[in-house]
Amino acid sequence: MSTVNTVLSSSASPAVWKLRGRRAIVNRIATVAMYGAFLVAVIPLALVIWYTIGKGLARFSVGFLTHSMAGVGSEDVNGGVYHAILGTVEQLAIASVISVPLGLLVAIYLNEYGRRGFSTVVRLLVDVMTGIPSIVAGLFILAFWVIGLHQGYSGFAGAMALAILMLPVVTRSAEEMLRLVPDTLREAAYALGIPKWRVILSIIMPTARTGITTGIMLAVARVTGETAPLLLTAFGTIFINRSPFHGPQEALPLFVFSSAAAGTPADVNRAWAGALTLILIVVLLYVVARLLTRRDALNRR
Amino acid sequence: MAKRIEALGLSCFYGSHKAVEDVTMTIEPKTVTALIGPSGCGKSTFLRSLNRLHEVIPGARITGQVLLDDQDIYAPNVDAVALRRTVGMVFQRPNPFPTMSIFDNVAAGLKLGVSKSKDLSDVVERALTGAHLWEEVKDRLKKPALALSGGQQQRLCIARAIAVEPEVLLMDEPCSALDPISTLAIEDLIAELKDRYTIVIVTHNMQQASRVSEQTGFFTLAGAGKPGVLVEYDATSRIFSVPSDKRTEDYITGRVG
Repeated sequence: MSTVNTVLSSSASPAVWKLRGRRAIVNRIATVAMYGAFLVAVIPLALVIWYTIGKGLARFSVGFLTHSMAGVGSEDVNGGVYHAILGTVEQLAIASVISVPLGLLVAIYLNEYGRRGFSTVVRLLVDVMTGIPSIVAGLFILAFWVIGLHQGYSGFAGAMALAILMLPVVTRSAEEMLRLVPDTLREAAYALGIPKWRVILSIIMPTARTGITTGIMLAVARVTGETAPLLLTAFGTIFINRSPFHGPQEALPLFVFSSAAAGTPADVNRAWAGALTLILIVVLLYVVARLLTRRDALNRR
Repeated sequence: MAKRIEALGLSCFYGSHKAVEDVTMTIEPKTVTALIGPSGCGKSTFLRSLNRLHEVIPGARITGQVLLDDQDIYAPNVDAVALRRTVGMVFQRPNPFPTMSIFDNVAAGLKLGVSKSKDLSDVVERALTGAHLWEEVKDRLKKPALALSGGQQQRLCIARAIAVEPEVLLMDEPCSALDPISTLAIEDLIAELKDRYTIVIVTHNMQQASRVSEQTGFFTLAGAGKPGVLVEYDATSRIFSVPSDKRTEDYITGRVG
């Protein structure tokens, strides 16, 4: 109180408006703490990228991207990840085709149709699903599909395990984005006599599109690096297997895992280059998704 | 065109809370009717029950009847979506669809509504002209609607509402987020629109009520948590000069509210 009084009574001099005393110190401490926390948070990220690029470039080349590991021994320096890129891209595509429409529909149900009771149960189940350890998803597909239904290892089995992991992430992020669309837009649309399903499709979804896309990308990025469930379902191979439906298929995380475990210098180099490829794929997907939504934003006529 | 609205013993609820109690009033076609009263007196809720937008809120329901030219709009066989094409609405804050262009906003009701219309650009031009916005936007119909100013956005929302050719236009404090110039533009527009539509306008601005309306209804509530009631409904000139109820007089002379 006394500080306020001094400031008011001596306001003739502009110097009194300066931040002084305890407040100045607290301000300084808070500023330093904030920037400090920022640095601490960024350091691991920078180190991961630095290490992966630094070590990965040792083996990274066009040949690395266009060859498989067929006939390549542990000591050989050649060989590559073509078979793994192929597997990862196919598995991610299938996992997305399964989980994105399903996740969006659940999100639409939860936010636009669900009334208390049942939607609370659904929301709880989705939350529980978020907490499923990835290896459990893999074990489930292994027991249910690979062994139980005698389907054997395949990229598709791996994709289903990934879809289980993606589904809750897509659902919750899409639900959050739909919730951000103001009710005034829904009411404006209803007041024009637009049926509810068209309001959702033509007004609410486009409004939330950018956020939903980001959520989908996060879900894809999250499962891109999953190793454990793929080990139990896609199994991995050193050969090129174009079909996700027949026989074991390689994936980039599996490639990194087995190469790193093999332990010879050549294999470790391949593991780092594989990790670099993995990061590049995630970045590429992200950039493409961003460009797509950007184009939409500009094109809205 | 332009229909008569009759509310008969209409009460509106949010769950177990009664927001409006036992309103009976007849709104004549091709008139402007203003609803005034303190905040929370239920005038907006009443307005929203006239195009069945009230029931969009979970737990909201009504008792009593609303007749539109003798047709009960709450009858079981009435499609609320189709009804809302007949009873349009303009909201307090301009709410154009953010992902759509000016053109698409105006065309939205026709493009996304139940019955498809033939020549959209014709309808859009007529609606925008009707909302006094055509001259300002005719060269940039493809631009995003959010690029317009607040007053223009509100006129866009009016254009959007009249593009589906309703017969009743409900306005929920359409000028409260606008500056005086834009307000004047909208009031002029209301005066013109009443030749074709039945207009019901909720307003907090009593000068506005006296300027634009022929009939005025005064709502109030007995206290916090009590339902809003229609106290007096009469010609605007009488409400603002010789109100018959003490509560109306206190409100319009500024003694309360």
